[in-house]
Amino acid sequence: MLSRTANAVYWMNRYIERAESIARFIDVNLLLMMDLPEVTALHWEALTMTTGDIELFHQNYKQADQASVIRFLTFDSNNPSSIFSSIRATRENARSIRETISSDMWEQINTFYLVIKEAKIGSVQHAPHNFFSNIKKECFRFHGALLSTMSQGEAWHFSQLGGFLERADKTARILDVLHFMPVLNIPTGSTPLETIQWLAVLKSVSALDMYRQRYRGISTPRICEFLILDSDFPRSIHHCLIRAQQSLRILSGPDQGKRFRNKAERYLGKLHSEMDYCDIEEILEAGLHEFLDRIELNLNQIDTEIHNTFFAKKEFPDFTSVQTQSQSQKQIFVENN
Amino acid sequence: MFRDYDTEGFYDELFQGDLSPRKGAELLIQRIKALPEGEMNSRQKAAEAALMNMGITFNVYGDSAGTEKILPFDIIPRIIASREWKTIEQGLKQRIYALNLFIDDMYHEQKILKDKVIPGEVLRSSKGFRKACAGVNPPKGIWCHIIGTDLVRDKDGQIYVLEDNMRCPSGVSYVLQNRQVMKRVWPQIFGTSHIEPVELYPSRLLETLQYLAPEEIYDPTVVVLTPGIHNSAYFEHSYLAQQMGVQLVEGDDLVVKDGFVQMRTTQGFQKVDVIYRRIDDDFIDPKVFRADSLLGVRGLVDVYRQGRVALANALGTGVADDKVIYAYVPQIIKYYLDEEIILPNVPTFICADKKQRKHVLENLAEMVVKPANESGGYGILIGNKASKKDLQSYAKKIEKNPRNYIGQPILSLSRVPTLIAEDILEGRHVDLRPYILYGPEIYVVPGGLTRVALKKGELVVNSSQGGGSKDTWVLPR
Repeated sequence: MLSRTANAVYWMNRYIERAESIARFIDVNLLLMMDLPEVTALHWEALTMTTGDIELFHQNYKQADQASVIRFLTFDSNNPSSIFSSIRATRENARSIRETISSDMWEQINTFYLVIKEAKIGSVQHAPHNFFSNIKKECFRFHGALLSTMSQGEAWHFSQLGGFLERADKTARILDVLHFMPVLNIPTGSTPLETIQWLAVLKSVSALDMYRQRYRGISTPRICEFLILDSDFPRSIHHCLIRAQQSLRILSGPDQGKRFRNKAERYLGKLHSEMDYCDIEEILEAGLHEFLDRIELNLNQIDTEIHNTFFAKKEFPDFTSVQTQSQSQKQIFVENN
Repeated sequence: MFRDYDTEGFYDELFQGDLSPRKGAELLIQRIKALPEGEMNSRQKAAEAALMNMGITFNVYGDSAGTEKILPFDIIPRIIASREWKTIEQGLKQRIYALNLFIDDMYHEQKILKDKVIPGEVLRSSKGFRKACAGVNPPKGIWCHIIGTDLVRDKDGQIYVLEDNMRCPSGVSYVLQNRQVMKRVWPQIFGTSHIEPVELYPSRLLETLQYLAPEEIYDPTVVVLTPGIHNSAYFEHSYLAQQMGVQLVEGDDLVVKDGFVQMRTTQGFQKVDVIYRRIDDDFIDPKVFRADSLLGVRGLVDVYRQGRVALANALGTGVADDKVIYAYVPQIIKYYLDEEIILPNVPTFICADKKQRKHVLENLAEMVVKPANESGGYGILIGNKASKKDLQSYAKKIEKNPRNYIGQPILSLSRVPTLIAEDILEGRHVDLRPYILYGPEIYVVPGGLTRVALKKGELVVNSSQGGGSKDTWVLPR
């Protein structure tokens, strides 16, 4: 498939995953705030830290409160990570590859975009839960259409790769939010308030039900273990890496006896195998925030290498200079093997 | 709903002068009359919503908010009886066949000029003629593969050819999508009337394109080349690629390598055999045409001239879109086919000719004058709508550059009932653009795009001038 098309499928899924994560995240935090004895600007700021855009927020808004943070994270078109910007980017990518995706997928993305474009900020402030829960459902419809109408060939694997890497990143960021929350830096799950906070984290990734089946009682190490290391839960970091690696392996082509064929595979493989063999006590001892920070860094690195391997425009030289031509042919040859 | 309907002396496509339905329109009119109050409107709204959700939109140029609009659509179709359609079909096939021979002649011996049927000056001053194409032999001798000819009907019921579009006619995706929507709007009529289907177009288009690849290639790679997502016809490009199941590419995705056009894929380069290009000649290869083009592929024309890639349409077909050449089509048909023209031209006065120019200038207020090399309805003068000042300044333009203008009488375009407000129908002027494919044989899509001028009394139907569209029903034999 075209490099440009592969790039667009990858980003289409990344962006829709991003929109969904932000919607989940705000929704749950709004519920959480209701249970806190006192909500300060610092609590609201913590939300913008999760998406990594706190500086942009301060450039555009005077004060962090419910209204400004919701506006910033949902409708602000100046914020490239807002729900609106993400859905717009999903659609722009989908539009550029309409011939690759199914009509059902396209219509779902298009309708989703029109819904959010028509939505009014007032109604979100007024009934936020309805709004965010609708966003989540629109995303479910997208995944449903993707799963039931798209051939699971190369394009599909690029979509999976993009989607799961984005999800791994967002789960890491959501887990990290408590690090930024005032008062309770490292919750241990021992006070009622801490329990409430961890419940909110679990809910924000729809993990509470599955967590209960697995561990029952709420405890910090078990929650971290579930969201980082569980291999079966679809939003745990480990699971996301397993799925991303499966797709990347297929996309990289026959292995010809090599352990990896490109840097993206190497970095993703390393990160994945760390998840396979480390244990949660080890992680918490060394510091949860430090660990998550490193995962986010690694994920960025993997993204860069995927770009270099599959999407980067492989320049083709002028016909006048034969020497550079053969050199660059060589480079292309190496990269594609 | 038709209680106060008035044809106002125009030819109405659905009603005869005495307001009885034309043959074939009875069922539709009966159904419309039987609709409960407000139902027409809700069907119209549902159709618009469906088009919006399908994303059948075009970008509004210069709008930073990224506004997209649907092409205005009206749910009352134009209906064409089968016998009349047969004449149209034959007339179009004859015309395309002759024009293709003409284009081929232009880039080879230019016999028609040597025999003085057309003055040599016309070619020398032609804007669409491409010197780079002289001597080129496109596969199977076909230059124009995808054509959209504009037809109009005058007051007396006669159908005329208004314009040949041999370069890059757009709009066929609206034909396909309008039909999809109309089947939801009028399911009962489609269930019983057996309206000629348009749905074969994408597969016919693919056949037409595959036909251009060398025969020894078992499964040729066909692509659609688009200027990109910001082009106003982008939706159509992606839709056609999707319907044919081929790759949609931009100039940047293609590169000339090892003597072939190749596309950059995740698995390396892949050879391309046929390009359905939706980019003008001027922008297709910065090496040969406009050097500042960012849309095209450097070196493409060389590969094309060597016959290693096929282009649809071929380069240089714009020579036949010149409205001065249009005026000579009856002679062109006679010259190459020794036949009389089946679908007549609108009577046309060539301003380069002294006598004809005099006629145009003296009767400017009763004429339509068009620049010879524009499309999209730009630069047209409609004499009876223009102010005195406009007429004077236009006359100056004609005198300054007579080669660039032709004049035609103002036709009273036929009308079709159109929903203009809740439960109110009025006649609006229309034209018709049938789509023709020239592959193993010449194929005409039954019907085509009926374009409608939505403003009362307006004659210009182009979407760039605020026009909309209607579905066109060809009735079965």
